[in-house]
Amino acid sequence: MVNIRYTTEHEWIRLEQSSGEIVGAGIVGITDYAQQQLGDIVFVELPTLGAVLSQGDEAAVIESVKAASELYSPVGGEVVAVNENLTEQPALVNTDPAGSGWFVKIRLSDTNELNGLMDEASYRAFVDDLD
Amino acid sequence: MHARARVRLSENQVSQKKPVNRSLKQTPLCSLHKTLGARMGTFAGFDMPINYPTGIIAEHRHCRTAASLFDVSHMSQFCIRGSNGLAEIAAALELMVPGDIQGLRLGQLRYTMLTNDQGGVIDDVIVARVANHFHLIGNASRSKTDKKILCDKLPASISVTQLDRALIALQGPKAEEVLVRHMPKLRTINFMYGNKFELAGAECWVSRSGYTGEDGFEISVPANQAVEVAELILDEEEVKPAGLGARDSLRLEAGLCLYGHDLNETITPIEAGLHWTISRRRRAQKNFPGAHKILHQLIEGPKQQRIGLQPAGNILVREGAKINDTNGNNIGTVTSGGFGPTIGGPIAVGYIAKEKIHMGACLKLRVRNKEIEAAMTSLPFVQHRYRK
Repeated sequence: MVNIRYTTEHEWIRLEQSSGEIVGAGIVGITDYAQQQLGDIVFVELPTLGAVLSQGDEAAVIESVKAASELYSPVGGEVVAVNENLTEQPALVNTDPAGSGWFVKIRLSDTNELNGLMDEASYRAFVDDLD
Repeated sequence: MHARARVRLSENQVSQKKPVNRSLKQTPLCSLHKTLGARMGTFAGFDMPINYPTGIIAEHRHCRTAASLFDVSHMSQFCIRGSNGLAEIAAALELMVPGDIQGLRLGQLRYTMLTNDQGGVIDDVIVARVANHFHLIGNASRSKTDKKILCDKLPASISVTQLDRALIALQGPKAEEVLVRHMPKLRTINFMYGNKFELAGAECWVSRSGYTGEDGFEISVPANQAVEVAELILDEEEVKPAGLGARDSLRLEAGLCLYGHDLNETITPIEAGLHWTISRRRRAQKNFPGAHKILHQLIEGPKQQRIGLQPAGNILVREGAKINDTNGNNIGTVTSGGFGPTIGGPIAVGYIAKEKIHMGACLKLRVRNKEIEAAMTSLPFVQHRYRK
């Protein structure tokens, strides 16, 4: 089962699981709604490997033709992987925001932080409300 | 996605939310944009298309290679008429702008600016000599200011009427090919000239002009016939719609000024590099607002000047970024910046102190507490391809 949580800032975190238990790391990206809002993304600045972030810290900078914005970490933890492909192909965030357009993988320092995030259904309702 | 993006997005209202603001103005093409799937946003109080589903970069490239239709009906259009003939109007207008209005031939357009007594730019405008009157086109954000100043300063014998007309631009190397199918005589129109044409049954004023650096035309059409004209042009296979996002990246590459960013009431035409808009006769006459300062700057050089910047790497540099010299001294500020799809990287325009101007010089730009190297360049970034 895929376990994805969402923030009100339109980030997602896909959690690794083993037998239904969260094992401590998650891949982070922005939602399709967010990439649509931003438009053509032309530059992404990623954090350094090993950086330790608190929940809500800046994890990446996203530049679209229209505006600059930041991806803020949905959870606190250590950056254990970054999607280097985005350096050469930032448009992956537009074409596949939920897949190959991921940004960073974070090892969670506190799984309780997930409680404040939305599940898929809540996020959909949240986005529907915005339109 | 952090709040800063959302703040910026909501400032520009680059969202598909239904406008809450009831006073938001619409152009006659508003429903057409929505049918075409446009992402709408607020610009100068108008609900305008920012981009269509293909996105800004694709729209930008299409304009540089084919022909793109832009709705620029938000711009204000004024008809200036006088009971004592065109000469009186031209002379009166020249007391408000440094451009040569008396020398305009029938159908000719002039890019000039309304200036204030300090030499600052109140608005940059196009003045066209149409058969028996002058047509003035100004920026949407300056519409009320322009109207007030025109009404206040022009003598009572001259009337100023804001026209209920749409403005549709078709820009790009294939614009002529497309439009001559409907207006064969358009081929004879040179850059910065216009004429009356009938298009889709509407009486249009069509000029060879634009804001992209490409060859192209601007069509002024009665508001109630604008949809027919736009649909007729969009039916041509070379034509795709483009929004204000692409309009901005195109004009930035073309080194053209955006009012409220690269031009305002404290920046003179000389500082903006628009000295070429002031003819020898007007320089000699010295009878436009701010002439003293503007002419002094023409001779002595201005304190600051508009220049191009090409940042190294891929980080975008936007309006407000500080420009420093290699010793870390602040020497200017970026007034427009972003991604140039034709250049394939970041570009910016800013004002820097005159004594620091050396084309090719290395500068440092402050972006998010980082220093980015940039080369000072002349403008435009992409050469104009006007048909003169």
